[in-house]
Parts: sequence; C-alpha cells; structure tokens
Amino acid sequence: MRGPRQCRGAAGAAATGPVTDAAHRAAERAARESYGRLVAWLAYRWRDLAAAEDALSDAFASALRHWPRTGVPDSPEAWLMAAAQRQLLQVARHRRVEDDPRNTAVLEPDRWAPDLPAGLPDERLKLMFVCAHPALPAAVHAPLMLQAVLGLEARHIASAFLVSPAAMAQRLVRAKARIREAGLRFEVPEGAELAPRLSAVLESLYGAYSIGSHTALQGPDVAQGLLISELTGEALYLTRLVVSLQPDSAEANGLLALMLYCEARRPAQFNAAGQFVPLADQDPLCWRRDLIDEAEATLRAASGLRQPGHFQLEAAIQSAHCQRAFTGHTPWRAVAALYQALVEHFPSTGAHIGHAVALAETGQVQAGWDRLEALSADAVARHQPYWVARAHLGRRLGRHDEAALALDRAIGLTEDPRVRAHLLRARAGA
Amino acid sequence: MDYMLIYRETAEEVGQRDDPERAPAYWGAWHAYMGSIAAAGIMKAGAGLEPPRAATTVRLQGGQRQVQDGPYADTREHLGGFVILDVASLDEALEWAARAPCAARGSVEVRPVLPPPAR
Repeated sequence: MRGPRQCRGAAGAAATGPVTDAAHRAAERAARESYGRLVAWLAYRWRDLAAAEDALSDAFASALRHWPRTGVPDSPEAWLMAAAQRQLLQVARHRRVEDDPRNTAVLEPDRWAPDLPAGLPDERLKLMFVCAHPALPAAVHAPLMLQAVLGLEARHIASAFLVSPAAMAQRLVRAKARIREAGLRFEVPEGAELAPRLSAVLESLYGAYSIGSHTALQGPDVAQGLLISELTGEALYLTRLVVSLQPDSAEANGLLALMLYCEARRPAQFNAAGQFVPLADQDPLCWRRDLIDEAEATLRAASGLRQPGHFQLEAAIQSAHCQRAFTGHTPWRAVAALYQALVEHFPSTGAHIGHAVALAETGQVQAGWDRLEALSADAVARHQPYWVARAHLGRRLGRHDEAALALDRAIGLTEDPRVRAHLLRARAGA
Repeated sequence: MDYMLIYRETAEEVGQRDDPERAPAYWGAWHAYMGSIAAAGIMKAGAGLEPPRAATTVRLQGGQRQVQDGPYADTREHLGGFVILDVASLDEALEWAARAPCAARGSVEVRPVLPPPAR
C-alpha cells in the first residue's frame, strides 16, 4: 500500500454512510494537499524515504478505519503525522530489538515530535534535492520525485517512462535503500554546490514534462493517455513549487516559462479531427494567451536575475515562436541567433537540429543541411526529429531521394500514431 | 540480449491491408518501422505473417487429429508478425515496441529469447 492514490481507490470501495463519506473526503483532501509535505517532513526527520512512505501509507489506511467511527479530527494532517510517527517509532524500536546500532540512533528524543508545529515546515524542496542526488542514477531522479512528492504509484510511473513495472519498482526501492545506506543529506545545497544540484532537479522535471507532452496516446488505452498527459501537469506543479521555494533561481524561472510556452501551444497541436498540426501550420488564435502572458512575465523575471542558462535560452526560443501570435510572422533570424547561442554554450543534438532548421528558414538552407550532415550517425540513429528535419531540408534543396529516405526513417521512429499519420500524409503528398 | 517482439493486431487493423484507400498508409508505416530497425543494425530475425484467415490449426485430441481452418483461439488480437532484436536492455526493446504501428490499437509483447541449451 502506497500513497494517496490508493487511498482514493479504497475510498470508492468502502464508502457507505455519511460519516464514512466525510472521513473519506477528509482523507482524500489531506492526501491531495498534504501528501508530499507529510512525506517530505517525515523523510527529513527520519532520514529514510522508504520508511516515511510506508508509515504514511499505513497512517492513511488507519485513518480510513478510524475516522468513520471517531469522526474526522480537527487537523487531519496532524493526526496522519502522529500516526505515521508512531509507526516509524515502532519500526525503529523493532529494529533496536534486533540490536542494529545504526538504527538505535533514530530513537533520539528530538526526532519524536508528536505535536505538530503550527505550520508544517515545507521540506519538499529538500526531498526533491535528495531524489535528484548525484549519488543516484539520473534515470531514477524523476520517477523518484514523482513517487516521493506526489505519491504516484510505481506501475503508473513505469508506463509513462516506458519501463517494465517490475523493473521500475525495483529501481525505486534500490534508490531509497541507497538514500538510507549512503546517508544522503536532506538539505538544500549551498554555495557552489547549489547550481549543479538544482540543475539536476530541473532536468528531471523537464524530462518528466517532455514525456507527458510528447507521448499522447489514443485508441482503447485512453486512460493510459490521460495518465501520461497528467504527467505534464504534475511536472508543471513541481516546477512551480521549486520556483516558489527558490524564487531567486533564474533557471527554475526559465524552466517554468519554457513549460508555460509549450502548454500555451498545446491546444493547437491537434485539429478538431484529431490530426497532428506542426508548429508552422498552427493557428496562433488557438494558442492560450493567458499562458503566453504568464510565460513572458516569468521569463522577464528570470532574465532580471542575470544568471543566463540553458532553460532560459530554450524559453526565449519559444517566446520568439509565440511572437507569431502578435506580429503574424516568426522572427527566424532571432530564433537562429538564439539557437546559435544554445549550440555554443549548451550543445545537444536537439539544439543542433533546431539551429539547422532555423538557418534554413532564414534562407540559408544549404548551411542548415551541412549542420545536419555534421552530426554523428550514432547521435541521430534513433532521433526522430533529426530525420524529420533532414526530410524537410532535403526536399527544399531538391535532394529528393535523400529526403524520401529520411522521411521513412522518421515514420519508423515515431511513436504517436497521429504524428505517424501526419508524416505518412506528407509522404503521399511528396 | 535477444528479445522477441510479438506484434498483435486487431481484425480492424489487419483489414486495412484489403482496403485500397488505407493499405498504402498501413504498409508504409510497417515498412518504415522495419526499415528503422534494420538501419539501427539490431535485427536478428523477423517476419510478417499473412492474415489469420490464412491459418490452419492442428490439434490431437484424445488421439484424434483435429484440423481447423483459421487461427487457434477467437481472440481480439492476432499474431501479425515478429522480430528478434539484439539490444542492450529491456528498456531499449520496449522503445522499439512502443514505435510499432500496432502498439496503439493492438499490442506488442516483449520477451527475452531463451539462450541455446548448454551441451
């Protein structure tokens, strides 16, 4: 049993009377609003993420047993926290009986705080820093954060990250054991350590967001599709959380702006018939102006902090694309210049491809093609956007055979059936 | 590591092969997908299959031969083809499974291939 989502499931099965309903509603509300805060605080106090999650899970289950009889307590969070603390203490005592000196240390009286402080200190940022700790494999950072801070179940995380559920569960358990055994510190790093550690947190949030926005399923597995698109919302929520707890980080603001620009354009990504619409063909009237405005304000706040970085540059590129909503055309020279900066300071396959396409749009098609040609075959073998760009630029240069081959590679590497259908239509029309 | 990707299609999907309007997109998607696997240099074996109606199923029941036209079971999805891929990990095999044209409406089962028996 883990996390608030299962509590919600249990709520549906057991709800019978009005008191029970009230108990379940209170448990659900506490789960939704406080799960991450409770786990973070318990994990911080006990230095053990897995034990904190288990104890809180038991506390939710116990709440659903007790509250229908005793009534919902005045402060459900305090009740849950006390129940979880008792559980943790019991586990620690049991371990002490087993006489493991490492575990007796957790019985120090100051760890035991039955009365909650008036406002529960928000330790979620510390928890996120632990989840994205360099001592843990990078691939587990985002899944761990989604589970620890939001209470998502391993099998749902596994589907989103395209990993077998058994393997994902095992990776999460191993990571939590490593946190405990290596004694990773639950703290916000300071000084020179802060920037790289924060960047690991932001990278994994962006990774989770990208999975959510690029993987959109249809067909019989609608529930799965909804779940994955929920991931974008949850990554956005956590990024907002980082910004609120670390408002002076330009890159956290930059990432939030980047996500907001992408969110703003999402309604235009598919037309009424459910067909994929590439950026160039999107109607800017379908973009969400409220989100563009918020993104612009966030990006301005970021640049005001005078710490340039990779997410701010990416956000600036999306800001330039969104200018089409106001001026009617895309400022391709500006986009190319921003990609040039990205390629120079933060090179990646994606940045090189974006640069090549932007150059082509300013009329330098051959220069763009040459840049695509310069990328290593290994880096692009499975990179769908490369083959889309190559097909596009090849066609413009009259290299029709190469363009056709590239389009086939792109189709073969596409996961989203709507994008695949779009590329197949392009192939039929070429 | 060798993994078999077992492609299962719904009757509706297989039916696209017979529909002159939709057949080009159907074959185009599969050829492009198989081409990408081949270009990645990981294909050890593979084949596509004629539709389930072309199957003949044989069973011995109580010592009696039973030969039946069509596939064994009346299921929603039928075997459409398979590949055996030599990839670094299950994660990589799952990536290729997710790209299969039948993944959206049918399914792709991924299984490790048994190592050859020790002599």
